[in-house]
Amino acid sequence: MTQINRLQGGQINRDRPLKFMFDGKFYQGFEGDTLASALLANNVRLMGRSFKYHRPRGPLTAGSEEPNAIVELRGGARREPNTRATTAELYDGLVAHSQNRWPSLAFDAMAINDRFSNFLTAGFYYKTFMWPKAFWEKLYEPIIRRAAGLGALSGREDPDVYDKGFRHCDLLIIGAGPAGLMAALTAGRAGADVILADEDFRMGGRLNAETFEISGQSGADWAASAVAELSSLPNVRLMPRTTIIGAFDHGIYGAVERISDHLHMPDADKPRQILWRITTRQTILCAGATERPIAFDNNDRPGVMLASALRTYANRFAATPAKRIAIFTNNDDGHRTARDLQACGVQIAAVVDTRPDAALSTDYQVLRGAQVIDTKGRLGLTFAEVKLADGSERTLECGALGVSGGWNPNVHLTCHQRGRPAWQDDIAAFVPGGILPMGMRVAGAATGALSTHQALVTGKEAARKALGLKGRAPKVADAEDMPVNMTPFWYVKGTTRGWLDQQNDVTVKDVKLSHQEGFRSVEHLKRYTTLGMATDQGKTSNMGGLAIMAELAGKSIPETGTTIFRPPYTPVPIGTFGGRMRGTEFHPTRLTPSHNWAKEQGAVFVEVGNWLRAQWFPRPGETHWRQSVDREVRQTRASVGVCDCTTLGKIDVQGTDAARFLNFVYANGMAKLPVGKTRYGLMLREDGIVMDDGTAARLEEDHFVVTTTTANAGKVYQHMEFVRQCLMPDADVQLISTTEAWAQYAVAGPNSRKLLEKIVDADHDISNDAFPFMACANITVCGGLRARLFRISFSGELAFEIAVPSRYGDSLMRKLMQQGEEFGVTPYGTEALGVMRIEKGHAAGNELNGTTTALNLGLGRMVSTAKDTIGAALSRRPGLNEADALKLVGLKPLDPETKITAGGHLMRADGPVDAAHDQGYVTSAAFSPAMNSMIGLALLKQGDERLGETLRLVSPLTDLTISVEVVSAHFVDPKGERLRA
Amino acid sequence: MRYSGFRIIKEALTGHRGWGPAWREPEPKAHYDIIVIGGGGHGLATAHYLASVYQQKSVAVLEKGWIGGGNVGRNTTIIRSNYLLDGNEPFYEFSLKLWEGLEQDLNYNAMVSQRGIINLIHSDAQRDAFTRRGNAMILNGADAELLDEAAVRREYPYLNFRDARFPIKGGLAQRRGGTVRHDAVAWGFARAADSRGVDIIQNCEVTGFRIQDGTCTGVETSRGFIGATKVGCAVAGSSGRLMAHADMRLPIESHVLQAFVSEGLKPILPGVITFGAGHFYVSQSDKGGLVFGGDIDGYNSYAQRGNLPVVEDVCEGGMAIMPMIGRARLLRMWGGIMDMSMDGSPIIDRTHIDGLYFNGGWCYGGFKATPASGYTFAHLLATDTPHHVATAYRFDRFRTGHMIDEKGVGNQPNLH
Amino acid sequence: MIIHHPLLGPRDASEFVYLGAATLLDRPDPQTATPDDWHAYAYLRDNPAGPHRELWFHEGGDRSWLVVTRDTTTHEITDVALARDVALERRK
Repeated sequence: MTQINRLQGGQINRDRPLKFMFDGKFYQGFEGDTLASALLANNVRLMGRSFKYHRPRGPLTAGSEEPNAIVELRGGARREPNTRATTAELYDGLVAHSQNRWPSLAFDAMAINDRFSNFLTAGFYYKTFMWPKAFWEKLYEPIIRRAAGLGALSGREDPDVYDKGFRHCDLLIIGAGPAGLMAALTAGRAGADVILADEDFRMGGRLNAETFEISGQSGADWAASAVAELSSLPNVRLMPRTTIIGAFDHGIYGAVERISDHLHMPDADKPRQILWRITTRQTILCAGATERPIAFDNNDRPGVMLASALRTYANRFAATPAKRIAIFTNNDDGHRTARDLQACGVQIAAVVDTRPDAALSTDYQVLRGAQVIDTKGRLGLTFAEVKLADGSERTLECGALGVSGGWNPNVHLTCHQRGRPAWQDDIAAFVPGGILPMGMRVAGAATGALSTHQALVTGKEAARKALGLKGRAPKVADAEDMPVNMTPFWYVKGTTRGWLDQQNDVTVKDVKLSHQEGFRSVEHLKRYTTLGMATDQGKTSNMGGLAIMAELAGKSIPETGTTIFRPPYTPVPIGTFGGRMRGTEFHPTRLTPSHNWAKEQGAVFVEVGNWLRAQWFPRPGETHWRQSVDREVRQTRASVGVCDCTTLGKIDVQGTDAARFLNFVYANGMAKLPVGKTRYGLMLREDGIVMDDGTAARLEEDHFVVTTTTANAGKVYQHMEFVRQCLMPDADVQLISTTEAWAQYAVAGPNSRKLLEKIVDADHDISNDAFPFMACANITVCGGLRARLFRISFSGELAFEIAVPSRYGDSLMRKLMQQGEEFGVTPYGTEALGVMRIEKGHAAGNELNGTTTALNLGLGRMVSTAKDTIGAALSRRPGLNEADALKLVGLKPLDPETKITAGGHLMRADGPVDAAHDQGYVTSAAFSPAMNSMIGLALLKQGDERLGETLRLVSPLTDLTISVEVVSAHFVDPKGERLRA
Repeated sequence: MRYSGFRIIKEALTGHRGWGPAWREPEPKAHYDIIVIGGGGHGLATAHYLASVYQQKSVAVLEKGWIGGGNVGRNTTIIRSNYLLDGNEPFYEFSLKLWEGLEQDLNYNAMVSQRGIINLIHSDAQRDAFTRRGNAMILNGADAELLDEAAVRREYPYLNFRDARFPIKGGLAQRRGGTVRHDAVAWGFARAADSRGVDIIQNCEVTGFRIQDGTCTGVETSRGFIGATKVGCAVAGSSGRLMAHADMRLPIESHVLQAFVSEGLKPILPGVITFGAGHFYVSQSDKGGLVFGGDIDGYNSYAQRGNLPVVEDVCEGGMAIMPMIGRARLLRMWGGIMDMSMDGSPIIDRTHIDGLYFNGGWCYGGFKATPASGYTFAHLLATDTPHHVATAYRFDRFRTGHMIDEKGVGNQPNLH
Repeated sequence: MIIHHPLLGPRDASEFVYLGAATLLDRPDPQTATPDDWHAYAYLRDNPAGPHRELWFHEGGDRSWLVVTRDTTTHEITDVALARDVALERRK
């Protein structure tokens, strides 16, 4: 357990050694390490393989922009593929595996691809694998798929919990580097509600990775004291380990807080991550800048890293990939790395500076006007080949090479609402431009101002502007203000295998080929070569590709295009977006008041929208659902049954214009409905198609109660509010949904009246004379409990629907069962309900499918021509009134033993069976105990004129062909004598 | 230049110097017989079939940006012909058949992969509706297969069979459905059309139509006036904006649809899965990313970006039906602008202006239609009669009451 | 998105249900309307790229219909009114 590459100092806690395992081998690191820094400290540079050529890969960066060092973290159902070792916080017992290699990381058989790289150029797959045709899916594609992909999912259900929440603030500050801390101090001291979020587990940004001082303190100490002050302010909320993933409309930001990713597993009752929706008036983006590499041959070996990353590893993590390091730079910042490393005791092989006039150093050798042109080392860097200013070549022995090609401001979130960045010449980079998301300001290195002093100044100024602070601003602390001194240098001339996108293996050669083949716009380049499409989203590679394309096209970089970014800033687990809405919690579950009673009866439940409804009630000895359902139907038709119909939508309509309103909403007349009567109502959409049906009961002159189908309750209510507010704004009518307020039960069957008479208080006469078919009334039951009674029937039997306030629903159900014992009362579920309505020929959801008209359903005459009503005008269009329009009919199999399938299509008995000769389709089917055979409802061309005709019912999908007779849809009691009894 | 494995070997050995541009960059001519506006999938396909099937010699495609930058490069790459209604199913089945021979026709590997698609069933009513649909597919010559729960479980054991809020009761499968590498479709059609002499003119935005006495004689563009005998518009997503230049109001609203891709993963999902009780569908690309999507954001937009509630809604659906994807990371989200039509079905028709033709209203189903849309639009442009599988896609169907409403939600575009 | 409800202040758009263009307030007069008028009302849309007047229903709130003026290219909302007030205004 040696850490031979561990340096002195750093912000790791040497008192807390942590044991971890990578690819089956144990190592030790310290609290404060990332997986990558701990591996480097243990002299492990090789951490992964690239996507296409399976080239050996080590970390390029020390942050979330990492393309290379991605591993499978944890195991079992918690396996987490493609995890960046550079941001994975080390914890005791961490287990990680390398990925996309076989059989081992050091020896990967797929690395043979690299030998054939000349054949596997950008887009090669578009040009081949086309012959023979069948081989694509059988041979080529399976091989490609197996080779592709990076890490593997476990295939097991994610055991962790995710949460979501909302937060609000005056000012959201994104990034806790010098600019963000200064902005937060300014705003926090001024009393504003501030949220300061940073993706890192340690706030401070680059201050933790640098050796500069602020007012005589080390940057890291200054950051720590700033954080301490901020955490003492009650109006400031610090959110470390929180990535702002996207800027959405109207000041809403998505944020992912990693609660438990630094632990072995989440603490009990703690989520793994939380998705915050942060709503803010003002935002300051202090996302810093990311260093960019330079492309040269074999610049992808483990050990070749961004110079600033070497600095981060040395200064913050006290780790180094090697003891002897070379630097390749086009700017002064590269020299800073050399100085810092040297101060840590790392030997500097040389600083290779592309600028002929670069400053020399007394501490290390500077090779001016020189370039690194190639590297050596099978699984990690051993030598760098340098071409000197005079054209001669020199080999530098080094275990790591720090590359510095300049800095790109992290403009990502400024682009999320499609703002386009602008080019800034002195730093040769894009800076925030165009229209920023509402309320957003940018400060610090993200603006292109790269010094610490500038970060502090712009951070303070941005906060003052955001909050409208007046008066003299306090002076900021002293800090370095080095000018940016760089000469753009993107790639070494003559390189072909110089990597741009290290994860996806896109090289300079691929960009050249893309240009040669006409894929010259930035978007074509990305899509053709896959540049920037890897898990790092091109944070370190897009600029290089763009610069090379610009050079090939003979244009400037901004003329060639910009790189814009989409959310999320870094990849987010799908589970985090899902939150707790999974499993049984995916949607809310609505239960009726007598649900528990039904459960006690052993009811089988079915999902109806968000409701759970009893589907049938099995009795002992019944082994098949049909036995239960047939019994429920027979018993109801023979005596009495009770069905919970609480789920039907109920809307209370009140006001002096209530009748006029309903007369407009329903296609049939409602204006003259007498008080105490109920009427079936047919509601059309404005386009003339049936929207819903239900009943309207007039309880008082200015008070109606209407019902809707279960499925359409919300939609109908919305529609009625639209009509009320938008089309009849001057009407005196009020609506309220009372679906949850009333428990409602259908009591059906010849003994239904007798049963109800035992419950309804004696002063209410519900005899046929006093309370005939379609009557309604406010009544009392069980000695004074207010209730509503409707004499309506869906089953075709003498039937009532009785409603009581929800809290009495359970009692009423129990009472009905108890009082009904003498009649052998049965509860019945949705299946029996469905059977009886099919037997009766009532249209329901399967028939009201959003494409049927009143005419189709045999209700054409209900659409009043005498009044203006929603949908009437457009229902008269010729296409909805053709001579061969579909009509609702009944179907009976010629052979009663055969099955009718809903969804089957109807063909003439002797005609061809194909789509062109389709006569209609079966909407509903059920076994009818009354008919002792299966029956169906169908929509059939000219169906009303075809009663008695024999048709073929075909369902090739279920391998069924039978002969059926077209009959009236009213199988039971066609004259309606029972329901009027 | 013909593409082949042999050619790749030859080029690899000679430094790849022989590859030419996939298409030319011609200057616009003063006049074309036919101008197709829109260098997306449908426009480029139209041009290809105009040149190859209908022998048109003078055709240009005008694209305001770069070809393939609209919805053909922003979709979730699914192809299928599992439609219900007579107006649609023959068209989409025609399209699927064109996909099946597309790569050989274009000499371009668009990775047409018939991996199969399953629409999950969660209720009896849904099974009835899918049975009707599956039968309609078979009666139209397509393939369909009804699966019970056990069959779905055999193919996708990691779907939520444990504690699903809406239990899986089966599925409707179309084995010939699948996925295609979407960008390659645009490029393949472009290259094939270009090779037959079609001028593909990028960075050429149409700013107006020249209409004289009720006849369209050409288009005003950012690169000057270009004359044409016929002008076909295929700019789904921008249809409203473009046709406003001809003073046309359309039965279309523009809406944003978001799509998502995860980080690359080793193969785990063989085909396409559509969750029938939430808004979620998913497949896995050859590169390994889970490509998924759900519902539109639901408000008019031309902004090509959406908002968090729909991102959450889609991922909630994913976690509900497939809780093993929780630790896969969503890598990228983007938005495309959909022509949401008033009945959910497209329009391929002449306009009331002579010489001006329209193709649009594809809602979020345009990608799978690409070859047939191009073919039938080319037929209309070349012959002035609708192709027999596209006769229902008329402008006047809303006036006459012949809507083609698969979902049965009526004249509210955001519900389709 | 945030919608500034005239009565309830700023509310998250997820509380609302979207319907479509505010021209749906202008239902044709059944006495005088031609089939063309009905067709245009029910099916044709301006669908502008820019400011758009549109109807939102506060389903998760006070159930009022709002006319929201929102730019379809930027999503910026510049005006919100109760649809009932707008409809009454148009009657004058």
